[in-house]
Amino acid sequence: MLVLRPLDKLPGLNTATLLLVGTDDALLQQRADSRLKMDCASELRVHLARSLPLPSNVNRPLVDLLVFVINLHSKYSLQSVEKSLYHVDASFFLGKACFLAAGAGRESHCSVHRNTIMRLAHTYRSPVLFCDLEVEGFRATMAQRLVRMLQICAGHMPSVSA
Amino acid sequence: MDETIAEFIRRTILKIPMSEMMTVLEAWNFLSESQLQTLNLRQRKDSLAQSVVLLCEEKCASLSDAALLDIVCEDLDLFDIEQFKSSFKKILQRALRNVTVSFRDAEENAVWIRIAWGTQYTKPNQYKPTYVVYYSHTPYAFTSSSRLKSNIPLLGQALTVASKHHQIVKMDLRSRYLDSLKAIVFKQYNQNFEIHNPTAPLQERSVGLDINTDSRIIHENAVEKDKVQRITQETFGDYPQPRLEFAQYKFWKAAMLTTTPQTPTQSLQFHNRFLETKFKSDLNGGILADREEPLRCLIKFSSPHLLEALKSLAPAGIADAPLSPLLTCIPSRGMNYFKIRDK
Repeated sequence: MLVLRPLDKLPGLNTATLLLVGTDDALLQQRADSRLKMDCASELRVHLARSLPLPSNVNRPLVDLLVFVINLHSKYSLQSVEKSLYHVDASFFLGKACFLAAGAGRESHCSVHRNTIMRLAHTYRSPVLFCDLEVEGFRATMAQRLVRMLQICAGHMPSVSA
Repeated sequence: MDETIAEFIRRTILKIPMSEMMTVLEAWNFLSESQLQTLNLRQRKDSLAQSVVLLCEEKCASLSDAALLDIVCEDLDLFDIEQFKSSFKKILQRALRNVTVSFRDAEENAVWIRIAWGTQYTKPNQYKPTYVVYYSHTPYAFTSSSRLKSNIPLLGQALTVASKHHQIVKMDLRSRYLDSLKAIVFKQYNQNFEIHNPTAPLQERSVGLDINTDSRIIHENAVEKDKVQRITQETFGDYPQPRLEFAQYKFWKAAMLTTTPQTPTQSLQFHNRFLETKFKSDLNGGILADREEPLRCLIKFSSPHLLEALKSLAPAGIADAPLSPLLTCIPSRGMNYFKIRDK
């Protein structure tokens, strides 16, 4: 069982690494693609994982920002994220982790209530972002926000820290 | 000609019904026209058989000729489509004076039947017909759903008798697509149609990465993804799934009430292997209190293409692989309407 720790590796020069954790493959892929389309001074890398713990045999860079993606249409997605949370070191939650809830736009399809996510985020003292990933405009805005957060977490923004 | 061959031919002739005698002998194509004309079909069968044997001796019938006669008998014995149609029509007309029955022969030994139902006193309603497709070389018939439910037993009876079977059983399989029903019932769904390129080498597929993915995106759980793909492929195969729109599961469970003195609520746990379902009711019980009848629960899955949707659940990350066997057994068991008693 490998617990994810924020500072167990040396940061790469001018690189920022984002780890997206969630069960919905299509969702993760979309997020990753939109993220990388953003122009950014630092070099961006995105890792996608279904759940934690991550396989231990891979040489992996330091994770700067950890985003848990929950699909509000799927209880399975929430359960998987809750289980993954056990494998994260507590210091991640000092600003290096956040929750992303997708699919809030289609109320009738939601089987997870928004309040559940908000309570979860509150318990872990991390921000939660709601996004409807089906609209291109929203996706782009969300990507921009996350890239900004990533840069701060990686220490690439002068005089701002996570 | 051998004694044994003569005896064999004689016995084969005795098995043929008189009404089909000429048809069989002509189809056999061994005795000449003139010889056939000498036969007297009004005599008793033993004497007819003797005459045929004498004619065969004239022509020195061999064992292979006798064997051919046997095959011809078998072939005609199986099915006579005109007889089926007339028998079917007669049965319906005898029961209901007013009924319109029409037939159309289609490919693959399929007979399409259209029935417009009336009663003893009313004319047949041409706007609410029932359609039946009967595959004569199989024991299967497909019927469209009829709003006039009272005629279904009669239809079943007519089909059974006309096709010379003993009984008819209704399968719990329904769909709007006849081809899909055929594929499931005749077990033809697991054939790979060469639509997509089946020669993609296995190595490419096991990597699990798209070629046009940005190299800055790294998939961490590639091994798990492959496992899910493999399990899905083992369960559903590579072929396109037959098209169904629904799967319905009816559950019965004897009520088991658990009450704890401290908590004011009575809760009934109806837990089956399929879906975790809990029913809770308030202090005064509601429908759960003092229940003697078993609880009934109906779960219905609907989709424009149900089996393809189920196949994509695990790869999309919406469910765990492997899926419940109640879902994956649909094509192999030929059912999509289930009644399950949970013990």
